[in-house]
Amino acid sequence: MQGGPRGRTGEPYDVVVLGGGNAALCAAMSAADSGARVLVLESAPPALRGGNSRHTRNLRYLHDEPTRYLTGPYPEDEFWEDLLRVTKGNTDEQLARLTLRASRDVGRWMERHGCRFQPSLRGALQLSRTNAFFRGGGKALLNAYCQTAERSGVEFEYDAEVTDVVFDEGPLVSVRLGEQREIRAKAVVAASGGYQANRAWLAESWGPAAENFIVRGTAFDTGLVTRALLARGVRSVGDATQCHAIAVDARAPEHDGGIVTRLDTIPFGIVVDRGAERFYDEGEDLWPKRYAIWGRLIAQQPGQVAWSIVDARVEGRFMPSVFPPLEGASISELAERTGLDSTRLQATVRRYNDAVRPGRYDPTSLDDCSTEDLEPAKSHWALPIDHPPFRAYPLRPGITFTYMGVAVDEQARVLLGDGRAQPNIFAAGEIMAGNVLGEGYLAGLGMTIGTVFGRIAGEGAARVALG
Amino acid sequence: MSLSAEQGAGAEARRVMTICNACRYCEGLCAVFPAMERLAVFSDPDLRYLGNLCHDCRECFYACPFTPPHDFDLNVPRVFAELRRETYERHTKPAVLGRAYRRNGLAVALAAGVGAVLVPLLALVWSDPGVLRSASTGAGAFYEVVPMPLMVGPALVLMIFACVVLLAAGAGFWREIGGCASVSLKSLGVATVDALRLTYLGGGGSGCSYPEEGLSMWRRRLHHLVFWGFALDLAATTVAAFYEHALDRIAPYPLWSLPVVLGTAGGLLLALGTTGLLWLKRRSDAIPTDEGTVGMDVAFLALLWATSVSGLLLLALRETAWMPTLLLVHLGVVAGFFLTLPFGKFAHAVHRYLALVRHAVEEAADEAG
Repeated sequence: MQGGPRGRTGEPYDVVVLGGGNAALCAAMSAADSGARVLVLESAPPALRGGNSRHTRNLRYLHDEPTRYLTGPYPEDEFWEDLLRVTKGNTDEQLARLTLRASRDVGRWMERHGCRFQPSLRGALQLSRTNAFFRGGGKALLNAYCQTAERSGVEFEYDAEVTDVVFDEGPLVSVRLGEQREIRAKAVVAASGGYQANRAWLAESWGPAAENFIVRGTAFDTGLVTRALLARGVRSVGDATQCHAIAVDARAPEHDGGIVTRLDTIPFGIVVDRGAERFYDEGEDLWPKRYAIWGRLIAQQPGQVAWSIVDARVEGRFMPSVFPPLEGASISELAERTGLDSTRLQATVRRYNDAVRPGRYDPTSLDDCSTEDLEPAKSHWALPIDHPPFRAYPLRPGITFTYMGVAVDEQARVLLGDGRAQPNIFAAGEIMAGNVLGEGYLAGLGMTIGTVFGRIAGEGAARVALG
Repeated sequence: MSLSAEQGAGAEARRVMTICNACRYCEGLCAVFPAMERLAVFSDPDLRYLGNLCHDCRECFYACPFTPPHDFDLNVPRVFAELRRETYERHTKPAVLGRAYRRNGLAVALAAGVGAVLVPLLALVWSDPGVLRSASTGAGAFYEVVPMPLMVGPALVLMIFACVVLLAAGAGFWREIGGCASVSLKSLGVATVDALRLTYLGGGGSGCSYPEEGLSMWRRRLHHLVFWGFALDLAATTVAAFYEHALDRIAPYPLWSLPVVLGTAGGLLLALGTTGLLWLKRRSDAIPTDEGTVGMDVAFLALLWATSVSGLLLLALRETAWMPTLLLVHLGVVAGFFLTLPFGKFAHAVHRYLALVRHAVEEAADEAG
């Protein structure tokens, strides 16, 4: 691959952005708006560009008034409390507060740069006040941003995998693409996402289990840039043993299955491991509060596989699945279909059914349908599994994102080991989201961090480059 | 990937809709996705309903993270275009006409060619070949070249035939998609407005992703030109028939007469609109395009284009020696257009309108709770 003309002739770019997702494009547009000459290096080909932003659909931002798309105000205090709750305090308050404040009415900036919003999706009405939904989802947003960026003169290079970023006290940064190529820049924005598609790296924390993870998002989030920056002395932030992982259908493609491979069947039945034994309370809490623990739970089971088992009684209560369930007229027939041990599965279901106590079933609240004297218990929504046909969905851990990344300051500059900020290396998006979201998950916050820090990084990089 | 892609547009559409229904990010784009969400299982008739509700605006294709090269290989515009051809074929009777949708470009071109050759031939056999050289310009000049029974008779027969075939196809489709008798006037109104405004080519104000990813209003504008051009030409013909039979005023009419003004305006709009749409089609992205539909679209547009351009030329040169030749050409093209009306692209108007009616009925039912 050849670079743009300036890359070839060796004259340095003002700003080189590493990555092609939301944070990268916000940085590129902001830098271009400030008058910088910008090159975006996206490791994916055009058809797969955009990192995990391809799979997003909304972002959360501060607003004091309702808008055409947001049903009510979302003030700073409430946003802050939401963030504290999900991270259990594992956040850098200064950067977090900055994120929230800088997100105020950011929808307007987004619209000026080509974003189009729509009212909340019907299936996500609980977010209709706090989160603004992109018309057509994240990929439509990325398409619009790419067009805006191109109109502002930003150059794009696809299939451009950055392998190293070399910097010192000098004014220029050298971006390496393999052994052969080097592109020089006055400032660099690293917006290359997490490393959840890098199995070797995941294996460092998860061991061989990582081989059985399904990567829900892009295959291009390999974390090479993160690795390079850490190797060159940038300070890390976030826990490498943590990741956001949910239960997905085991038949999902290895990468990029996105939203459609998730399974919401778990609270409606029981979950067994490959030995046909239950291993966790399927009704511990409301599903939106618990779905994100199931990736880890399944990752801890032998073979990183589990089966969600439901009966005909709960049909139609959950979002339709892409993959048809395996079905049996009896539990033993279901065992045959799934390859589970028939005797043990029948025993597990019988033990569970016998332990179910009558109650008033209500899937929308913590009802009183629970088991008695069962280990592990099912605390809510416990109904006997006795209405044939019986159905089973195979489950695997589906990893969404990693938490570890590079530390930044309030200007989005990366921090070195001694605490100094590197003046011409900036970071935005998932690569630095761990500064704000140390653990947990808040719908649409990744896009908030990417947008806010993308803009800060892009403006800062342009300022450095243009003197 | 264990989702099998069986043969046929219906099976593929079912596979695609199953994935779309688990995603639903496109809910805000058009009528298709909200309609999809109302369906728990995708029966063949329901899929044909969704397919005909689709306006081929292609916004969903570019918004979708699961398009090729993704394993899921989703291509909603293409499979729906295929499904529409199958729907037209299924409901067009007699079956031999329906089969014309399989290679529609060829079928329409051949039939139109026959019409375009037959009419001049018949005219030459019927009337004195000398009129081709000695053009007159007064009232009844056209009928000296092509006698009135030949001009009006076949056109009338073909038009009635086309109307019967199209209405029967529409009735069949309406029955198939579960159309009920109790359509409220309000729902009819909503569907009619959406059809006339081409709401779903509007992308909520930004246009559609046609011919390529970038949003543009041109498809919608040009379609409006074609529609209103066609309507004006139809009006011109109707007024002319009224003049002739009720008022005994025989064509050609003066330049500022109502039929000529309407016909000229219509012809200009039609010529512009079809030229533009053909131009867009040439530039359109091949991946979301169903190849089998291209022939149908191009044949239909080309016939409309030829009709309007030959009509305008005839008007411009009607007082010259070219008049008889141009009249024969124009009538030949018009005959070809009418001949192919019952088994060509025109069917989309009937089917899409009915799909819009069902959608409006369901929306109203949703609103009523």
